[in-house]
Amino acid sequence: MSAIRFRVLPRAFPQSLNESQKRSREKWLTIAFLVAPGMAIFLIFLLLPIFQSGYYSLFKWNGFGFPKDFRGIDNYLDLAKDKVFLGSIAHSFTIMSLSLLVQLPLALALALLVGRGSLPGRQIFRAILFVPYIFSEVITALIWLYVLHPNSGLMNKTLGVFVQDFKPITWLGDRNIALIAIFMVLTWKFFGFHMILYMAGLQSIPKDLEEAGRIDGCNEMQVLRFITLPLMGSTIRLTIFLSVLGSFQQFTLVWIMTQGGPVDSTATIATFLFKYGIQRFALGFGSAVAVILFLLTLVFSIGYQRMVMRQDYELRV
Amino acid sequence: MIDYAIPVTTTPTRNRFQRINYRKAFFVALKYVVLVVVTLIIFAPGATAVLGGIRTTGEFLADPFGLPGEAGFQWQNFERILSSPDFWNSLKNSALITAGVTILGVFFSSCLAFAFSRMQFVGKGTVFNILSFGLLFPLVVATLPIFIQVRQLGLINSLWGVILPMVAFGLPGSVVILRGFFTAIPTELEDAAYIDGCSTLGFFRFILLPMARPAIAAVATLQVISGWNEYFLALLVLNDPKLWPLPLGIMQFQGQFGTDWAGIMAYVTILIIPALLFYVFTQRFIVTGLTGGELKG
Repeated sequence: MSAIRFRVLPRAFPQSLNESQKRSREKWLTIAFLVAPGMAIFLIFLLLPIFQSGYYSLFKWNGFGFPKDFRGIDNYLDLAKDKVFLGSIAHSFTIMSLSLLVQLPLALALALLVGRGSLPGRQIFRAILFVPYIFSEVITALIWLYVLHPNSGLMNKTLGVFVQDFKPITWLGDRNIALIAIFMVLTWKFFGFHMILYMAGLQSIPKDLEEAGRIDGCNEMQVLRFITLPLMGSTIRLTIFLSVLGSFQQFTLVWIMTQGGPVDSTATIATFLFKYGIQRFALGFGSAVAVILFLLTLVFSIGYQRMVMRQDYELRV
Repeated sequence: MIDYAIPVTTTPTRNRFQRINYRKAFFVALKYVVLVVVTLIIFAPGATAVLGGIRTTGEFLADPFGLPGEAGFQWQNFERILSSPDFWNSLKNSALITAGVTILGVFFSSCLAFAFSRMQFVGKGTVFNILSFGLLFPLVVATLPIFIQVRQLGLINSLWGVILPMVAFGLPGSVVILRGFFTAIPTELEDAAYIDGCSTLGFFRFILLPMARPAIAAVATLQVISGWNEYFLALLVLNDPKLWPLPLGIMQFQGQFGTDWAGIMAYVTILIIPALLFYVFTQRFIVTGLTGGELKG
């Protein structure tokens, strides 16, 4: 379909350019007006910085003047030996695995309960369950800093009521527990998002298919296992994708709650980058961290989309 | 005795129906129990924050989930924040950032989406692919490179240094959502408009945009949320406390009054209330934006 249309109304004045040339010029002006400003901002503030950081990562650079001290791949070699950095990648993988094993199944179960059906009041439950997602990360972090307060926080007080001889847990101060505590907060904040996606997926399943299964003698578990879940495949694959990417991007929550501590036990790649790259003015080193973060994201995204989400594409585009 | 014995021995069918009903009722009850427990767990942290804001720090620390005691409602927690010029200044900065991100984001993404969905031109596929490349890079991942770029352009300590990168990072997602909606609007309408002498831009402005209002609203809503909540980029770009938006303002407050939990929770409450109101009114757009318009009712 072409956007150039034959004009029905006759022209009043003779044209200096012939009609088709003029129309083509008009069309290109329109396209330039529509595309150029947006793409310019996109190139200047997204694409260019990403490629520049690849260049900066080869220098030792404190951020003042132009980078001159060329170091080749030294920054990357330093990173490969850096225990805190390797730890931060491991933490991201821990958060990722826990999200896939705990957060997504929880979101799916809740979506099955409130996403459809005739349960009275499901809309109210749905609305409340989604609320944490709309709080900003700063608000979430501040609320949970208090909830996880070792002496008087809601968490320890509540556990004290239900568990006999309960000893208060220093959630964010104990290197073995802090990451789990962070994961708890992440789950609280983000499961609602996945729940909404699952509910959308559930609603796109034709009811007749499940009904047919029931008539053929499936019980509810079998309907769920053999009809509903397979039909939600594309949604589930999408949430896994978003959840994995999300695990590598945590900054604000972690930074406010623990600043990556205690003893770097909750450091993520982003907090590592901020603490050791930006706060210490090691922008070359920090750029190397950023490049590794890009590559992780890029390799995973492209690999996952090619191999796992490929089947969903003809449906989506 | 007899009344009781007769149905049991003579009508097994009724008994079976009864059992099924009990089972069903049991499962409904179970669903409710699970839902109520989960909802309470989700609800409790937010409720504690609000309860903390209306009491004294002492009461708050003694009993995180209690109502105001003898000391009564602590309105002065709120008064203290609402009477400080820092708060209003942060509010103004947040409003400016949010408005900038939303207006520019919606304008540029609808222009791009229109070109990609409704026009034919050489290089369209390439340009679109370059743009979709941006979907792979969330803002957090690229903060350091953006910071360097913003500094080179001299936009440190300027709200534009926060707004423009956020617009750039919002574009790919918004364009993908809008393109879907624009493509769905029938071609016949476009043909009719051109026959009536409408220009391409006229069709875009006066026919397509009004028709795609729900999609525009969805994109705008998501932009408002991301602009209002942004912390990391603002932390890097804005060094002058006078330019800090609310997420940085509340952290500054927390830094100054670290043990004043009641004050901090009052601040949190002040920020939660508009977020909740916004959510109530835009819920449907948020859901449309997140799910690409698939979820109804």
